[in-house]
Order: sequence, then structure tokens, then C-alpha cells
Amino acid sequence: MLDVKDLHVEVGGKKILHDINLQIGEGETHVLMGPNGSGKSTLLMTIMGFSGFTVTQGSIRFKGKDVTGLPVNERAKMGMGIMFQRPPTISGLKLGKLLTAASGETKEEIETYAKAVNMERFLERDINKGFSGGEIKRSEILQLSVQHPDFVMLDEPESGVDLENISLIGTTIGKLLDKDKHIVHRKKSGLIITHTGFILDYIDTNQGHMMCDGMIKCHGAAREMLKEIRERGYKECMECRK
Amino acid sequence: MQKVNVPGSLTAEDRDRMAQVGIDLAMTSRCGSYLQLNQDVAHATCSESGIEVMSIADALERYPELEKNYWKVVSRDKDDMTKHVAAQKEPRGYVIIGRKGSKNILPIQACLYLGKEQIQSVHNIIIAEEDAELHIVSGCASARHVGKGGAHYGISEFYVGKNAKISFTMIHTWGEEIEVYPRSAALLEEGATFLSNYVCMQPVKKVQMYPTATLAGERSVARFSSVVIASPGSSMDLGSRAILAAKGASAELITRAITRGGTIISRGEIQGKVDGTRGHLECKGLILKDGLIHAIPEIHGEVVGTELSHEAAVGKIAQEEIEYLMARGLSEEEATATIIRGFLDVKIQGLPDALQQQIDAAIDTAESGY
Repeated sequence: MLDVKDLHVEVGGKKILHDINLQIGEGETHVLMGPNGSGKSTLLMTIMGFSGFTVTQGSIRFKGKDVTGLPVNERAKMGMGIMFQRPPTISGLKLGKLLTAASGETKEEIETYAKAVNMERFLERDINKGFSGGEIKRSEILQLSVQHPDFVMLDEPESGVDLENISLIGTTIGKLLDKDKHIVHRKKSGLIITHTGFILDYIDTNQGHMMCDGMIKCHGAAREMLKEIRERGYKECMECRK
Repeated sequence: MQKVNVPGSLTAEDRDRMAQVGIDLAMTSRCGSYLQLNQDVAHATCSESGIEVMSIADALERYPELEKNYWKVVSRDKDDMTKHVAAQKEPRGYVIIGRKGSKNILPIQACLYLGKEQIQSVHNIIIAEEDAELHIVSGCASARHVGKGGAHYGISEFYVGKNAKISFTMIHTWGEEIEVYPRSAALLEEGATFLSNYVCMQPVKKVQMYPTATLAGERSVARFSSVVIASPGSSMDLGSRAILAAKGASAELITRAITRGGTIISRGEIQGKVDGTRGHLECKGLILKDGLIHAIPEIHGEVVGTELSHEAAVGKIAQEEIEYLMARGLSEEEATATIIRGFLDVKIQGLPDALQQQIDAAIDTAESGY
């Protein structure tokens, strides 16, 4: 599904990511961990193709095609989706209108999607305006639900979400990633940034990656790696020269 | 419903231009109509009981007491435009009177159409008596071929009685050579509401206006909303003024202005004359390419206990917003258009659905080619 090779990225002239290699197969969900400022969000933004994230070396292949130079919307059309951690507020643009523009679904279908994440009352509201942390997450998940991406990138989906909503968000993300389907029928892939790991209670994952100083330092079982971080912190990872 | 009496000279293009500014010649969703082509009154009727729509010449003849509303809130010698209209031997324009307690749900439409290179002069008087509610759409347009020398001078005097309401939605579709000078003023009594909406999405050589609402009655409310786009060569000098002269009076002046090469001067003034009054002025502008937006918001408080505020911003669409929508699959052009449409989306409280839809449709006509 996704094949990132030897990727180097600059932001504002500053080198942020170095020599990133990451392969995510069809039906797989990977977890990206690492301390604040290590470059996790930068990697997601670069994979999606946002301006300001300059690839200086390496490539991003998606579904077998080199997408390194493609605009954001072309990648979205190919099946990439991203959940924003801090999406912009757009005055006057109603959430419902964006969902219609992005999906072409009917009003009734959109209402059904919205009800599934308790967002039906927000369809006539300006997008993200005055939304709480949890509402932003639900709005983002709703947008992804109507978009039906094959590969979903989630930047801290559980941050700012209360305990009651975390299971709703967790199960909805699970559905986005085909987790309700038998493993052999699972087609959707994901890449999730998490600090707390709460989200992993709802989503089975295949692999974890540890990022420090703009590099992916090691790979392993996501839950085990999180357990290590919980117990020992990032210190050893930072010092690791493996 | 009686259809609008349409002169045979009206072409398909004329009808299209009229439809663009909200004129429904078939009268499917209107209760009354006034139609003026150049200086000829073609039609004036209203089927709603208690509401009268007539030409100003007829009205002045039929109701001598109308003299007290004629050139009262707008003065004859205000400027060259008012003087020009006052000098007309036979006044043109319309009078709409909502008698005590009357109400229209389907709007009344007034169409002022310019079909040749001349000055169209109009004098309108709109009166809502006590407890009456009037909703009016005023569609002003010109034929596409009308060039240099085409102009529209329009005087409108609004009288909103005790606990009465007038909503007046003006939609313009002029041409690149046409100059337009509306001169409007409103007087509000106790508990009165005046909603004035202006939409202009099409090129015009020049529009200049500065309507004033005097809130003379306690708890009266005035709301001005303007949504405009200035194309290259267009010059729009638009303002609105509210004078809060009675306790509990409040006003809101909202402007959304976009330039894609034209000039917009967005003025606004709220005067707080007595305590217990509130006013807010808001102008948001987007410069898409070239052009100029000059916002001049003024607030003027004279007493303790008047609360006035203003907010003005001019900018461009943030790249972050465009890419947010692109991440949902919209192309850059679609994303830009979607954001602009949202920017222009001003929902007006207390407006009948038919009029809000008309405003939305008028704004939609500009949706391409940003």
C-alpha cells in the first residue's frame, strides 16, 4: 500500500526527517511513536503532500505509483486520508457542505454517517468553529468516513477526547480500517501516531515504529514498545545508536 | 396569482437578467410586483390583503397624506442625484404600504430595469404601519448591451412603524459601464425592525451609497448586510449608518467584500446617542488578486451606556484552509470556491426562506472564475 524509501524532508529550510524507510502492506495498521518534536507529524504531512514539507531525497510510493510530486488532492483521490490534529477553522463553511462537496453523497446518507459519531447537530455549523477537542476528532473521523480512504493517517486520534468518547472514536476508526472484518478480507491500511496508546485498545496493530530526531530508530510490536516507553521513557531510545 | 404584465419588447435575455436579481415573472413565489422599464411603469399590483403596491404617481394622487413621507428622510437637495430625481416632472418609482397588522410571507418584488443609455430615476416609499411585516426583494438590472451613459438614481424612504418589520433585499446585476447611486434612509419607531440586505456579484462601473437608519423608537433594531464582489474596473463605495437614538435600540452592520481586481470602499458608522444602546460593525474582506479594499468603520458614542464595537479584517485565503479541503479530495479551484462561498455565506435572521434562497442563488451566480 505505502512504500517510503530513503526519505529526507526539509521544513522552512531546516532538515527535519532523515533517511526514513517505511513499508505498510494492504490491511496493515502501523503505529508511529516518539517524543514530541521528533518528526512524526512531519512524516504524515509529507506523505499527504502538504506544501511546506519539501522532499529533498527519496520517494513515496502509494499503491505502486510514485506520488512524491503529486498534489494533495490527487493523493486523496488515490485513496489517502488524513485526520488533522489541529485543523483550521473556516468561517461560513458548514461541515455538512464540506461533506457533500468531498463525497457527493446525498443529504440523508451524510446524516446517517453523522449520527454514527454523534455529529448530526454540527452539520450546519461552521467547520471547527468553537468545536471542543473531542468534537474536532469526531468531525475529522466523520470526514474520513464519507471519504472512504484505503490508507488512513491518524495524528493522535485520542488527544483531547474524554473517556466516554474514546470508545466511540476507537470503534469508528476500527471500522475505517476494516477491523470489523476477518483478517483475510481486510483491505484498509493505517498509520497512527499515539502517545498514550489508548487507541490501541480498539484497534489491532501490526507493527510499531519509534521515531527520534527525525529518524525511525527501530521497529517492533507496538504494544510492547509502548510498554517500554511507559516504564522507561524515551531516554534510552534517544541514546540508542543501533 | 396574477402574472406580471410583461411588455412585448422584453427579450429572453432581459428575462434572464431579471431572474438573476430575483425577479419571478411567473409570480410562483411572490405576492406582489412592481416593474419599471427605463422610465415606464409596466406593472404594479399586490394580492396580499392589507398591502398595497402602486406607482408613486398613483400613490401621491390617491393618498394626499403621503406628502409627509415624501422627501422626508432623504432630502431633495442632499446631492446632485437627489436633485436630479427631485427635478423630474413626473416622478417614477413605487410605493408599498403595509397597513396595520398586515403581513406577507411570499415576498413582494420590485424590478427596476434599464434597457438603454439613460438615467433611470426612481423614488420609492415603503411604509410598514403598526404591527405590519413587509418582505421585499428589489431586483435592479440592466440589459447587457447598455453602455456608457446608463445610470440609475434611486431614492428609497422607509418608514417602519411601531412593532413593524421591513426586510429589504436588493440584488444588483448591472453592466461594466453603468453608474448606480441609491439614496436610502429609514426611520424606525418603537419596537421596529429593519433588515437591509445588499448583494452585488456582477461587474458595475460604479456604485455609491450610504443608507442611513435612524432608530428613533425604543428597542428598535436595524441590521444591514452587504455581500459584494468587485471585478476589474468596478468601483464600489458602500456604507451603512445606524443612528441609535432611543433606549434599547440596537444595530448590526455586516459586510463581506471580495475583490478580484476592483475597488471596494467599505464604510460604516454607528452613532450611540442615548444609553442602553448597542451596535456592532463587521467588515471582512478578501483580496483574491489585485484590487483594493479600504474599510472605514466608525463608531461614535456620545453617552455612558452605549456599547459599540467594530471588527474589520482584510486578507487572503489561507493556504492551510485550501489544503485542508484538498486533503478531502477537492481540487485547488474547488477548494478555493468552496471557501469563498462560505466566506460570503451570511445568514440573515428573520428573513423568509424564499428571500434567503434568493440571496444564496444570487451569490451562487459568481461561483465560477475566482
